Amino acid sequence: MWIFLHDVYMVGLINNSQEFIKGMKKLSNSELELQSATLRLKLLKYIKMANAGHTGGDLSCMDILNVLYHDVLNIPGNNLKDPERDRYIQSKGHSVEALYVVLASRGFFPEKDLESLGRYRSHYVGHPTRKVNGIEFNTGALGHGLSISAGIALAGKMDSRNYRVFTLLGDGELAEGSNWEAAMFASHYKLDNLVAILDHNTLQITGRNCDVCNPGPIDEKFRSFGWHVVTTDGHNIAELRKIFQQVPFRRDKPALIIANTIKGKGVSFMENITKWHHGVPDDEQYEKAVRELDKEIEKIKYSSTYAGD
Amino acid sequence: MQVTEKLIAGKRNLEIYSETLIELAKNDPNILAVTGDSRGSAKLVDFGKQFPGQIIEVGIAEQNLVGVSAGLASAGKVVFATSPSCFLTARALEQIKNDVAYSDYPVNLVGISAGVSYGALGSTHHSLHDIAAIRAIHNIVIVVPADNFETRMAVRAAAASDKPFFLRFGKRPLPHLHYPEDDFEIGRASVICEGTDIAFIACGEAVAPAFGAARLLHDKGISARVISMHTVRPLDNDSVIRAATECGAMITVEEHSISGGLGEACAAVIMEAGLRLPFKRIGFPDEYTVTGSQADIFNHYGISGKDLAMAAADLLQKTVAGTT
Repeated sequence: MWIFLHDVYMVGLINNSQEFIKGMKKLSNSELELQSATLRLKLLKYIKMANAGHTGGDLSCMDILNVLYHDVLNIPGNNLKDPERDRYIQSKGHSVEALYVVLASRGFFPEKDLESLGRYRSHYVGHPTRKVNGIEFNTGALGHGLSISAGIALAGKMDSRNYRVFTLLGDGELAEGSNWEAAMFASHYKLDNLVAILDHNTLQITGRNCDVCNPGPIDEKFRSFGWHVVTTDGHNIAELRKIFQQVPFRRDKPALIIANTIKGKGVSFMENITKWHHGVPDDEQYEKAVRELDKEIEKIKYSSTYAGD
Repeated sequence: MQVTEKLIAGKRNLEIYSETLIELAKNDPNILAVTGDSRGSAKLVDFGKQFPGQIIEVGIAEQNLVGVSAGLASAGKVVFATSPSCFLTARALEQIKNDVAYSDYPVNLVGISAGVSYGALGSTHHSLHDIAAIRAIHNIVIVVPADNFETRMAVRAAAASDKPFFLRFGKRPLPHLHYPEDDFEIGRASVICEGTDIAFIACGEAVAPAFGAARLLHDKGISARVISMHTVRPLDNDSVIRAATECGAMITVEEHSISGGLGEACAAVIMEAGLRLPFKRIGFPDEYTVTGSQADIFNHYGISGKDLAMAAADLLQKTVAGTT
């Protein structure tokens, strides 16, 4: 009986992702790639305007967020009061600028609002808050998202709801011990509706993770805590979509997707350079970055036309 | 009540917490107790037996306890996150600040065995900082009940509220300081007995000794008002100002550090109202406490009926000396 019920439940979890597709226009891989490049452009625009932002990490998680919000998360009518909605908790809250442009692109608020980013009395703060439509929790202090997400996932299990809970962690963030408390808890309670995504760009503010306080081997650590672990290229749209379609991965197991990413992805002179953690481009750098991204956009447009996509 | 009235022994506030939670859970499947290997000391074993699906064990992991509780509350659960106050409000302070208060989810944080309830276990297990720490964080109602009645009412109020609460309970059985038909309102102090020579403003387990002092003072012809300031935030400013206006002196009494607690909160209200009166804070000074049982420690730092009465007489004497 339990197995049967569980199968129904697992099918429910899968259905949640299919419902989303019903409600919104399904984008092709190249449309999503194009959107990622456009979102990167917008991100830089608003960071430049605010003269602040966590540029490197924003760029590394942009493809993940784009795929989540435009292919994965079932939030009917963008209504955060819908008890059946999928949840997204951004544990690495400092990459909020990427989240803002993605939320705007999904229609949670007008993109123009972001012109007030970081300004006096703006709701668009440098870390996520619930004053911004689309955001579920105020995050930014590291090591909080996994526990919160585990709590939401547990409530979903208790109430036999089909929603899934996604949370984005940074790799530097794994040094926070609270993550490991939550990891132990999530597997104990068999939270297979919980998916943590690691934005594994290997850099943090001081330098390489492995030099600061080595979090590795991350996959083995999570596996030994009872998690299902998969690894993917965090910038490959097709691969990310494929991975997310597999949620729930294994019955009774929370899942970690290790998304290998590049800090500063998409802007050549920012890629893999620690100082861009919260660097803001000067005018010349900004122009150069825009040119690069424009070129990338043209390239995607050309290849998708050529491919007949 | 009358200052001469004989006090009737009651139960531990923790037992009332558990009883009230059981009563609430009977009608509401969303009531959850979240515990950190602390259901025994929180007196929640019976709750767990009656509602096995409504108790969540997190293990010895306070940060996760509060984070998980916030997640549960965001999904509509009525969560009582229960752990010894010393750990809950120190280890998980950042989760309390961000996941609960700043994110504004109505988690009820229940600090058990607060103050020096753990007595001889020592300062690792004492929580003399918790009220100060929570007071400095916006958006948490703080309730420190003085007896079983206040506990029952506070737990019901917390369950019904859409705001975060911090409920602080001690371990020892307490006398009844209320009649069952008394009024109770969050944010409105309870006057336990009336008086005008001196006012004791106290909270939690320090209220009963203050009442004991009032009784001793009554025998000497001094009338003492005893106020149970069960809600430390939002503070009942009117009640403090009224006492400061109508009484000749004021003593605050709390099972907490004198820094950042009830006493300082009352002093600020009085100063900002432009009032002046002889005033003394009684609580724990800036030191790690002496070793002993809760009663030993209370006696050592003057939180007993006898010592509080002496402190009152002393303060009033000073007033007389100062005016002649």
